[in-house]
Amino acid sequence: MSKKSLVSISDYSKDEILSILESAAGFEANPNRKTLDGKVIATLFFEPSTRTRLSFETAVVRLGGKIIGFSDAATSSSSKGETLNDTIHMVSCYADAIVMRHPLEGAARYAAEVSPVPVINAGDGANQHPSQTLLDLYSILKTQGTLENLTISLVGDLKYGRTVHSLIMAMSHFNPTFKFIAPDELKMPDEYKTFCKKHKISFTESNELNDNFNDADILYMTRVQKERFQDLMEYERVKNVYTLKNDMLANSKPNLKILHPLPRVTEIDPDVDSNEKAYYFQQAQNGLYVRQAILSKVLAPNP
Amino acid sequence: MEKKLKVAALKDGTVIDHIPSDKLFKVVQILHLDTCTNQITLANNLESKKIGSKGLVKIADRALAVNETNKLALICPDAKINIIRDFEVVEKRPLVLPEEIREVIQCANPNCITNHQPVQTSFYVLKEDNKTRLKCRYCEREVRAEEVKLK
Repeated sequence: MSKKSLVSISDYSKDEILSILESAAGFEANPNRKTLDGKVIATLFFEPSTRTRLSFETAVVRLGGKIIGFSDAATSSSSKGETLNDTIHMVSCYADAIVMRHPLEGAARYAAEVSPVPVINAGDGANQHPSQTLLDLYSILKTQGTLENLTISLVGDLKYGRTVHSLIMAMSHFNPTFKFIAPDELKMPDEYKTFCKKHKISFTESNELNDNFNDADILYMTRVQKERFQDLMEYERVKNVYTLKNDMLANSKPNLKILHPLPRVTEIDPDVDSNEKAYYFQQAQNGLYVRQAILSKVLAPNP
Repeated sequence: MEKKLKVAALKDGTVIDHIPSDKLFKVVQILHLDTCTNQITLANNLESKKIGSKGLVKIADRALAVNETNKLALICPDAKINIIRDFEVVEKRPLVLPEEIREVIQCANPNCITNHQPVQTSFYVLKEDNKTRLKCRYCEREVRAEEVKLK
């Protein structure tokens, strides 16, 4: 396996995370540096993800690289029954690095093991999406000036939401306090609560949003998906209770910022958008700089 | 009455004793004894003072490797492994779970790559507070050791 692949946020040490964030700040100041001049990057999207793909492809283009790939498995040879192993070997004959999104969990780890060129995981099923986690960290650092000792409220689908699970793991380096706010059906799994206890991270749990985030520095909202509920009546109730409205922010801390991995549906009322605490669109833009930093690290010449 | 051995003695090879009766054929499966061409004696539902009813495997002329026997720690941690040479027990081997278990286990996550593509499964063995959990190397899901699905 290429040591430079990025499959899971846990592949990076605290220092590596901080160095990516520092590098991202450099790209924000000057996004058009040709660190990928002459390089070919393959973007293999076995399931469609317009936002992530455009962000990675923009990053490659701004860095002077070229892109090959596909945006839908139906147009790739996997629809003819080719194994992932064969696809990766074939593509690595042409490309200097592979950015891959795949619907199956573990696909990215496997691809990184068989690939002679670095693989960047752009999401493997419900498992990992490390560039999202790094852009979340970058957004937190940028808005708070630090990653240390922050109080972070995580709201919505804490059971299936991979972004919140990865965020917990990444923030564990920085002594956070978490507030898990989720309906009973979508509570934080024990696995991650055990992780918090083991790393001496304090957390509280509640099942009502209200203004439970008044002492938070970051309010991280996620989408509550209808298909996660067995009882649709319960979904209708939860959907309304878990909608953030502008007036709920009245007593929040002045430095509070609201993050959301997007796309949002009903969980943030559009009347929040004009509040200066809303940060989700800038957050998406930060994804570009973070992905430039990741690509540059992955393709940097060996020291 | 003359006391008789129910199972013939072994000159050279491996004896696995004190296998819970319901695990005997899992042992056969894990060690791939179905395709092994050595002389093999299987016995099951033998009386056992310790566990009530036990199974027993004797494999002639083959000393199982440590990484093979350690896989058994998953399903029958209290089984006894004896390596026999010239009718003598030359090694009593304790069962120790390895740090990583390849191939034997099927990932319980239906959406894991290992259940869809020809990928050898691999699990990290995590021990915490006397509880053993297995973490899939690929999809990163964890299961309790007693819940694992063997292939």
